[in-house]
Amino acid sequence: MNNTINSIKWNGYLRKDGKLGIRNRILVIYTVKCAEFVAREITVKAANKDVELIGFDGCTDNQYAVNLLISMIRHPNVGAVIAVGLGCEYVQPEKLADIAASEDKPAYWLFIQNEGGTIPAINKGLDFVNDALEQLKDTPRKEMGFSDLVIGAECGGSDYTSGLAGNLVVGRFFDWLVDNGGTPIFEEIVEAIGLDKHLISRAIDEKARQEIQYTYDKALDYCKSVRQYSVSPGNFAGGLSTIEEKSMGALIKSGSRPIQGVIKVSCSPPHSGLWLLDSTPDPYWMQFGITNPNDNEGLMDLASTGAHIVILVTGRGNVVGSAIAPCIKITGNHHTYEKMNADMDFDASPMLTGESSQESVMLDLAKEIQEVAKGNPTKSEALGHKEFFIPYKYQDKTKICNG
Amino acid sequence: MTNIKAFQIDTADNVATMLDEIDTGCSALLTGNICTDIDNTISAINKIPIGHKIALKDITAGESIIKYGVVIGTATKDIAKGSWVHLHNIKSVYDERSSHLDVNTGAPKDTKYE
Repeated sequence: MNNTINSIKWNGYLRKDGKLGIRNRILVIYTVKCAEFVAREITVKAANKDVELIGFDGCTDNQYAVNLLISMIRHPNVGAVIAVGLGCEYVQPEKLADIAASEDKPAYWLFIQNEGGTIPAINKGLDFVNDALEQLKDTPRKEMGFSDLVIGAECGGSDYTSGLAGNLVVGRFFDWLVDNGGTPIFEEIVEAIGLDKHLISRAIDEKARQEIQYTYDKALDYCKSVRQYSVSPGNFAGGLSTIEEKSMGALIKSGSRPIQGVIKVSCSPPHSGLWLLDSTPDPYWMQFGITNPNDNEGLMDLASTGAHIVILVTGRGNVVGSAIAPCIKITGNHHTYEKMNADMDFDASPMLTGESSQESVMLDLAKEIQEVAKGNPTKSEALGHKEFFIPYKYQDKTKICNG
Repeated sequence: MTNIKAFQIDTADNVATMLDEIDTGCSALLTGNICTDIDNTISAINKIPIGHKIALKDITAGESIIKYGVVIGTATKDIAKGSWVHLHNIKSVYDERSSHLDVNTGAPKDTKYE
């Protein structure tokens, strides 16, 4: 059975840099909150599941946020881009459109002030989107398989099943993906507190060891300085007693294969194998800021590395999806799966009760992921969930960036 | 035969996670990765909620609590086999605040609402 799943191929969308996408999205990007309504109306009026909205709310720009927007423009699931600005903000829509054009993706930009306001700007944007939808029908296709896939995972809304089943099945799948030449990415280093020796023992080489140590030390400094660890009253009430216990439950989703190194937000992994994503802010005069404000911020960070698909493990249940990278929601809690069936993609609970082996549940997950990669919508895609979140943050790319 | 289950993750663990709530004096069937040389049932000496931990052996104060085969905390008092293991008898090596939280709700007791 293993052999039949890992040899399955499907057609991807070939990009200029040789990467293959599993979707062919048109991104409508607003460059300040003032331009959000116009950008959103363009996506609503286009009424096409492949037309998606992302944007940055601030007027003052931020290198981290601009890098994130650029990583989304270069993402293999994206085929065309329109950047919508108001006309007086720092973030430059023209430069964003230029990057898309340099990737041979149909691109356009506009300033609402220049167009004469809401209605003409929406109409101009819609003209581009409709034209781009036609052009994207000719995007070259090429066969791809698991070895071409980059897949990210995080957990949110965890309960006692997350560390026993949901994250465990992801860990088993990540091992399988590495063994089949693919590229899994895990994050949430603030939920690895207490596990530095364990993490470092999995480093592939000295460089990776140093990168993991730096990232861990930074996360521990962060937790100490704010006197807060990533564990909440709900976690304790649910049976978790310490941050170390929660950490280990979170870390098992990384599986057991060697860690190739650390990448920062908006950097692509340089080669296949398992990678750790550092999304914690670097120390700066602005202070740390908030490390993981919500689940969608984490999913966005994973997508920024070029992840084709993002996995959210949620014992208690979450409903969110993600722009650009389809989101597969896994629960280890059978009750949650039944109760939120239209939102949950995968039930990992049979491995808890002993109904199914870990191996067979993992292979079911691999099959589900292959279906999504082939084009089948996830539950959140079918419902139209396309959340995104881009905050102000400071990260120094010179401190560990392989991309 | 009991229908109540507890899940042991690693053979080195001295705690297991309850997959069902258990009452004082009741027995649970151990599933997961259990040691082959021990009995696969465990009797609870406290009522333990679903998702919480049960001690698989006697643990002395200061001893490490092992789950996933790694240290997840330290016992703050002697813990008898079959006991509920939580904030009232173990603490984090890192996070000082969590050992002062309410044992049932996890709510902080060090923040004033006045």
